[in-house]
Amino acid sequence: MNFDYSDDQKFLKNEARKFLDAHCTAAHVRKVLDNAEVSHDVALWQGVGEQGWLGAAIPEEFGGLGLGRVELCAIAEELGRACAPIPFASTVYFLAEAIMLAGSDAQKAKWLPKIAAGEVIGAYATSEGPGTVNPQTLQANVSGGKLSGTKIPVTDGDIADLAVVLANENGKPGLFLVELAGAGVTRETLKTLDPTRSVAKITFSGAAAERLGDAGEGFALTEAVFDRAAVLIAFEQLGGADRCLEMAKDYAMDRYAFGRTIAGYQAIKHKLADIYVKNELARSNAYYGAWALNVGAAELPIAASAARVASSDAFWFASKENVQTHGGMGFTWAVDCHLYYRRSRQLALVAGAPKTWKERLVRQLERRNAA
Amino acid sequence: MDFNDSPEEAAFRTEVRDWLTANAPEKVDTKKLSEPELLKLAKAWQAKKAEARFTCMTWPEALGGRGATPIQNVIYNQEESKFDVPRGFFDIGLGMCVPTVMAFANDETKQRFVAPAVRGEEIWCQLFSEPSAGSDVAGLRTRAVQDGDDWVINGQKVWTSGAHYCDFGILLVRTNPDVPKHKGLTMFWIDMKAPGVEVRPIHQMSGGSNFNEVYFTDLRVKDSQRLGAVGDGWKVALVTLMNERLAVGGSTGPNYPEIMELARSTVTETGSALANDAFREKLADWYVQAEGLKLTRFRTMTALSRGQTPGPESSIGKIISANQLQDLSNAAVELEDQFGIITDTAIAPLEAAFQQSLMWAPGLRIAGGTDEILKNIIAERVLGLPGDVRVDKDVAFKDMPTGR
Repeated sequence: MNFDYSDDQKFLKNEARKFLDAHCTAAHVRKVLDNAEVSHDVALWQGVGEQGWLGAAIPEEFGGLGLGRVELCAIAEELGRACAPIPFASTVYFLAEAIMLAGSDAQKAKWLPKIAAGEVIGAYATSEGPGTVNPQTLQANVSGGKLSGTKIPVTDGDIADLAVVLANENGKPGLFLVELAGAGVTRETLKTLDPTRSVAKITFSGAAAERLGDAGEGFALTEAVFDRAAVLIAFEQLGGADRCLEMAKDYAMDRYAFGRTIAGYQAIKHKLADIYVKNELARSNAYYGAWALNVGAAELPIAASAARVASSDAFWFASKENVQTHGGMGFTWAVDCHLYYRRSRQLALVAGAPKTWKERLVRQLERRNAA
Repeated sequence: MDFNDSPEEAAFRTEVRDWLTANAPEKVDTKKLSEPELLKLAKAWQAKKAEARFTCMTWPEALGGRGATPIQNVIYNQEESKFDVPRGFFDIGLGMCVPTVMAFANDETKQRFVAPAVRGEEIWCQLFSEPSAGSDVAGLRTRAVQDGDDWVINGQKVWTSGAHYCDFGILLVRTNPDVPKHKGLTMFWIDMKAPGVEVRPIHQMSGGSNFNEVYFTDLRVKDSQRLGAVGDGWKVALVTLMNERLAVGGSTGPNYPEIMELARSTVTETGSALANDAFREKLADWYVQAEGLKLTRFRTMTALSRGQTPGPESSIGKIISANQLQDLSNAAVELEDQFGIITDTAIAPLEAAFQQSLMWAPGLRIAGGTDEILKNIIAERVLGLPGDVRVDKDVAFKDMPTGR
């Protein structure tokens, strides 16, 4: 039984923490939060590239480090803990995973080395309005290699170089690679719950689009990419949830009320114990997702769903109860609780809301029972 | 990251599986057997296990074990769980009581008791909880007064599993009420068949009687039956309780597959209950919790497999499983609609397993540490938060306010 990080993976995780402790403090996060014109921390993004994290799971033949997905999960956990304000998920969990999953040899050779080298920021564009996009509602359309339509919201869409876009072509849904610097692309930055991450509305009017994967497979491929992203994001959520528990504990230990530290009151102790229980449950489910992702197991859809549901719940609970534990101070802009409260919402929504994943999980259970 | 055995573990698993296949008793319908009949089967199986050293495996060979590693113990339990063997009668005795005897008794006592317990010939129970000492077990009142070389014991214990079939027990009593509560306790081993011991079954809210009250009326025990020094009973009890988490098994009962099956076959106004969005969301939550607990046990096993001490993650187990059993059972009963009130096993779905679990779950949330105590333990021992304000620490036991 080896259901945990290996010593090497723990070492990597620890190195990542050291790097982020130095280069991604709350002050770094706040520079992005407090400046509407700053989309992300450019220096951190470069540093992360120099560490090789962007290509951690990209094969060596394409310029990556060729490590496993579990190593990437370890990095993700630390990025989540640090609330890193960079387009890492969009580029690594969505774009790179989509290309590795569905790309032709030429597409892989063209894009993966650039991603690994930090030369490309990615985005993944599916949503077109409130609710979940589905084959009946999908409007974006490709005709003669030209994409038209509107995608909103697209995380990092305003700063990305390359987007994966879900659109119909000849009545069949497909995925398309679109270079966003080209003609026929209009981008508008949006205000969101989490200003430490950048989000755009992108209007395509005849933008050059190249199909990624087979025609008609757009939704199936998106599900497969989201399974991968969900596992990796689950580790960011876990890292964030753990940090919230630490913050709540540290604050409660130092805060005195009615003549003693509030950490001694059962109302607080039980609250923190509840956070711990949810975090450990999320960790176990996330590890299972990491295993399934790493070995390409047939169980990945169910493992990813469970990881996403458990980690979304844990991070939401930890982030809101962290604010509560801090009392009035927790509600101020100056204290960092809201950074995690915001990020918990961003991560819970970016790959589809938990409700969608619960439905997906139950569908998988039904499928498994029918088999 | 994987779920594989190491080569040594795989070899041991094969050895265990082969032995179980050759030796496990014929499958019997345990539900149709009376408790004495079951106990007879259990004792026979325990004797067989003891002979092959597949019980108390981590104990030294001289004490009947095989000096096994904790992970080998887990592997044996995993494999045995695939067979329909009688279980549960020896867990408390061999998991908690006999280790306490081994730690504190003289050689003569150990010689006398350890081997028969290992072979299942004698069963032990644990006599700690009292009507006015549950979560606060050190507040117990059963009194032992020294009389020459004897101690005379009067009082009452409660929630004693298996007292009615046990041969011996370890008993925590108050020997000095003039000092603060933790300092006036002493531990003894006792003969459950001695005069002055009376066992009465407790009629539970679930209808069954799995536990007992035990009354002591002028029970005389020899000073040589004392385990540890006079006044050191709390220290001795901590050794017993340290083993509790290992001895108290996981919960059984219907889980997400069973309620999913029930929902599939249950018709509602809008079709199958399994098609209902609200139900599907809950089902997903139950799956995540049940699988999450199973996977958490794998993390504990990983630590054992690596020769490390398991982390505190296993402490989440009972809080989640007990609450989920209650929640899921009630959801199932409500799913059955008006029919859900029926407990007749011949009529209710799944032989009324949901109704039975609904009535059993409240006990599970209390036994072996209430939800509230377990949260205190997580807060204090795992997260390092301070203990509660203690008003009884420096007060003589006899001066403590007691309510009723």
